Amino acid sequence: MTMTRRLDTLGAWLLGLLWILPLAYAAWAAFHAPAYATRFDLLAPLTLENFARAWHAAPFPRYFLNTFLLVTMVLAAQLALSTLAAYAFARFAFRGRDALFLLVLLQLMVMPDVLLVENYRTMSLLGVRDTLFAVGLPYFASAFGIFLLRQAFKTVPRELEEAARVEGAGPLQILMKVYVPLARPMYVAYGLVSVSHHWNNFLWPLIITNSVESRPLTVGLQVFSSTDQGIDWSVITAATLLSAAPLLVAFLLFQRQFVQSFMRAGIR
Amino acid sequence: MTTRASAAPAGGGVPQAVYGWLLTLPAVLLLAAFTHYPALATLWHSFFTTPRGSRPARFAGLDNYAALRDDPVFWQALWNNLGFALGTIPVSIGIALAMALWVDRRLAGRGFLRMAYFTPTVLPMVAVANIWLFFYTPQYGLIAQAMQAFGLPGPNWLGSRATALPALMVVTVWKESGFFMIFYLAALQSMSPALREAAMLEGASRWQYFRRVLWPLLMPATLFVLVNALINAFRLVDHVVVMTRGGPDNASTLLLFYIYQVGFGFWDTAYAATLTVVLLAVLALAALLKFRWLDRRTHYQ
Repeated sequence: MTMTRRLDTLGAWLLGLLWILPLAYAAWAAFHAPAYATRFDLLAPLTLENFARAWHAAPFPRYFLNTFLLVTMVLAAQLALSTLAAYAFARFAFRGRDALFLLVLLQLMVMPDVLLVENYRTMSLLGVRDTLFAVGLPYFASAFGIFLLRQAFKTVPRELEEAARVEGAGPLQILMKVYVPLARPMYVAYGLVSVSHHWNNFLWPLIITNSVESRPLTVGLQVFSSTDQGIDWSVITAATLLSAAPLLVAFLLFQRQFVQSFMRAGIR
Repeated sequence: MTTRASAAPAGGGVPQAVYGWLLTLPAVLLLAAFTHYPALATLWHSFFTTPRGSRPARFAGLDNYAALRDDPVFWQALWNNLGFALGTIPVSIGIALAMALWVDRRLAGRGFLRMAYFTPTVLPMVAVANIWLFFYTPQYGLIAQAMQAFGLPGPNWLGSRATALPALMVVTVWKESGFFMIFYLAALQSMSPALREAAMLEGASRWQYFRRVLWPLLMPATLFVLVNALINAFRLVDHVVVMTRGGPDNASTLLLFYIYQVGFGFWDTAYAATLTVVLLAVLALAALLKFRWLDRRTHYQ
């Protein structure tokens, strides 16, 4: 028994170290002078030089701002639209509701991520190509958000709603005072998943943006590492870690919350 | 629920239906504009030629589909994508399961392990691809150096036809396994410890316990992960863009990357639409699997 236990521990740790290796390797290169990027010497002096060079070599502050604005805008729109729609789907009876809900769920498999050509055409028609707004717009209405919140709203006891109504609350007040507070864990879960998804999103922003003013961090990183830099790995890994840092730090601080959110949002 | 329609919210006499439609309207309009309309428009445009300069698009019938049938790059992208799915999904699932079983037990350093396994999930694929690009670099990369230490010639992982796609598959497995782990973990944590004790009392070996008890009980989680992995295999090409751009010789082209290339590199929008129709068909197939299997799940809720 102890033998298998030891083997288990050994295997788990080997895999764990293997899994952390790429990140550790990137951190090594980023925190050491380029001369040590591929030479391993434990006594090599640490430096922040690469981060400073990356920061100044490309408009990273602007990219950070863009990504921050993008995820905020997308999340705000998603929460507002999903809350209203989920409330209707969970608690109102109206003709065509079930058919409409099925149409909404269709987005779970036909994601905007693959409808690149047509959405590009639409953005051109609207005259918003190369704006942050265009990067976020296709994701404002989220079937996933509507689905999750509808599930959460359905578990709210009717009695609470009745009580609020007796006190004279209208439908929107009931939504804000009864349903939204009770669905808080689902909001947190959905929020974390949405923010990490849009922080990391790449292909659509790559296509629809063309300038520093609208590029999110992921696209900025790609432009930086593929064109500007040649093959200065120390600076590229520094830029890479920089762009992943906010999410990474948030994850390390709120690990449990992250894992639970991804779990909750996935299992539904 | 419709039977409770009599318990209508007091909206000053406004019928429920009006509220229902008004509340769903903003979301439904946007969904229609950026999901349903483009899906239908894709199908529509696949029957036309690409407008070029002063020449407008004209109806072309099935010409684009004939071109598709005769396009070796399309077939390569499709086969690559299937191989990519077949190669990454079982491995990711196996590793995810092992991770979950380990993290679920009281091993030394469980917190660190869970962190190490899950971290790739929160990193942007672009960042991950950059790191692995460095990893795979001939001569300087860690892998090349390790092989040199043993006197082996380090191949150009991303530059040779035989290894480019497998190299991308390794990155995907690394990125996704930790994500899939949490679904197994959730399932394991919802199981009663009595189950294990009962199996042990019956004298079941560890393997028998896994094969006869755990694996069947984990089936809903496996199916969930399977469908998600399948969709991701066709939806995510960030690593292709960063690491190989489909090369060498289209050896690592995936379907969505080819669509991106045709649509925004060659600006052949009609042919890109035709390719997208194929991709949508694949996703619809995955969705069908999802509804057939997942909606029968009984262990969650």
